Amino acid sequence: MSGPLLEVDGLRVGFATEDGRVQAVDGVDFRLEAGEVLAIVGESGSGKSVTAQTIIGLTRSPNTFVEGSVKLNGEELTTQTEAQLQDVRGSKIAMIFQDPMTSFNPVYSIGRQMVEAIRAHDRSIDKKAAHRRAAELLDAVGIPDADRRVDDYPHEFSGGMRQRAMIAMGLALEPSVLIADEPTTALDVTIQAQILDLIQDLNRSRGLATILITHDLGVVAEVADRVLVMYGGKVVERGSLDDIFYDPQHPYTWGLLGSLTRLDQPRPHRLPQISGAPPSLLNLPTGCAFRPRCPHEFGKCGEVPGLEARLADSPEHRDRCWLTPEQKRAMRQIEGRIGLEEPA
Amino acid sequence: MSEALLEVTDLVKHFPIKSGLLIDRTVDYVRAVDGISFNVAKGETLGLVGESGSGKSTACRAVLQLLKPTSGSVKFEGREIAGLGRRDLQPLRREMQMIFQDPYASLNPRKRVGQIVGDQLKIQKVASGKELRTRVEGLLDRVGLSPEHINRFPHEFSGGQRQRIGIARALALEPKLVICDEPVSALDVSIQAQIVNLLDDLQDEMGLTYVFVAHDIGVVRHISDQIAVMNHGKIVETGDADQVCEHPRDEYTKKLLAAVPIPDPKESRARRERTTAG
Repeated sequence: MSGPLLEVDGLRVGFATEDGRVQAVDGVDFRLEAGEVLAIVGESGSGKSVTAQTIIGLTRSPNTFVEGSVKLNGEELTTQTEAQLQDVRGSKIAMIFQDPMTSFNPVYSIGRQMVEAIRAHDRSIDKKAAHRRAAELLDAVGIPDADRRVDDYPHEFSGGMRQRAMIAMGLALEPSVLIADEPTTALDVTIQAQILDLIQDLNRSRGLATILITHDLGVVAEVADRVLVMYGGKVVERGSLDDIFYDPQHPYTWGLLGSLTRLDQPRPHRLPQISGAPPSLLNLPTGCAFRPRCPHEFGKCGEVPGLEARLADSPEHRDRCWLTPEQKRAMRQIEGRIGLEEPA
Repeated sequence: MSEALLEVTDLVKHFPIKSGLLIDRTVDYVRAVDGISFNVAKGETLGLVGESGSGKSTACRAVLQLLKPTSGSVKFEGREIAGLGRRDLQPLRREMQMIFQDPYASLNPRKRVGQIVGDQLKIQKVASGKELRTRVEGLLDRVGLSPEHINRFPHEFSGGQRQRIGIARALALEPKLVICDEPVSALDVSIQAQIVNLLDDLQDEMGLTYVFVAHDIGVVRHISDQIAVMNHGKIVETGDADQVCEHPRDEYTKKLLAAVPIPDPKESRARRERTTAG
């Protein structure tokens, strides 16, 4: 099969609310190739989760307006019926969520819920075989003593084990794409490291393409191949992992990188910060959405810049900022680090 | 090193596990805090790190006497406060305040900001009437909010602003000790740095002493002078913040630090190669 595995084009998602229409996602394009990890980075309200949920049709409702196209292996998903989508979910695209505490039904055993998921897509598998398969999957994601633990209830699993079980359930039907929405945010760092290792293992051993949604650039640095940075419903920058970390073009990306605390470097006297707060989607500023928080704002920022390649040598590295690459390189260096502005 | 504002010695908090139908029998204990000792000097910050369930929050609550410690001693300005009764504790509450993790759950949704911040000034009979209002406005201004916010309700604010309200409330009585229990973990990344810097500034201005609890070791190291690492109710390592992060001695601390993602792709690739090679 040629062409990308998943192709998202001009995706826009709006919600009708009491206070007017909220454009949660405003023009997102990306391609995901087999075996790739794509990270979508952003803060609350940036549209990262809505993008992911819309891909598998979870945002459908009479109050939702979806425009643009989502193609899986060349097949359009946005126009499919709910029944057709049901078949895509799980068997082709699996999704895991932030909170492993609430993702399982507490009154059924883990195994029973996995059997249900397996048999929902293929009735020809009998219960016994499905149960055996559930145990194998739990074993594959590193649950010790999986044969016995498969009959445990969710409360008998720790947070990390539940997230593993969620991943196992996601893998049950051998999907080609895994969407992980903040999969480690609720977990301790040591458990987070294990889950990230697991995602990476699966990515390498099974060629599982992964969309990782997170706000944590540390997590991104550990696992991603390519990165989308979202702000106010738009992609403000996208590029390879190294593009984003070593040659970031958008001031918002500088701010995010600058405000990270690093254990491997001496601590700065003050943490560089981004002033202000993320915008309300009901009341987005005109022009560049980051304009009110950006210390480098100038006249041209009243117009929304397109997502364009502005660096001659890397056409895949695109951003939405009117500054020239030379200006950017000069402005983002603060005391030898990448940052947005010197702390007051 | 200046004198210790807070001295905690062998602090223990056990929760009984009860069983039995008619007569409750204690079958075992959850040893949430199992004999910890630390000192915090005036004007300094002690960072408390550890994973969930390590006893960080229970330790904070036992220090503030919000939970009655099972045993051990907590000295505030040289005076024993463990085991004091409600009435004896009331004047001490002015000196010791707390900032909570969840800015959505820790503010009463039915009260206006002015009440949230000002109520304790009233309760402790520090100010009333016009003076109360002036003081509350001053506090809001100090934490980076506008005095016009005084009549608004918590739901009208973003997470970062709510945390600022929580900070204003904690500082209203001009306490000496502020215990911050995960004050930034519920906030967006771009807001976390603002709050950390605000806490830093307030410490300088008001000479505050902090106990700063968080699971994000990077943030803790940034704000702390000393760090204590907790695991299973015990402190496994204490020391100078940079020292603990750069040259950890305890095995558990090493494991914890090794799991923190490095936000630098080259570094994290290098580290991964080192671990697979080793």
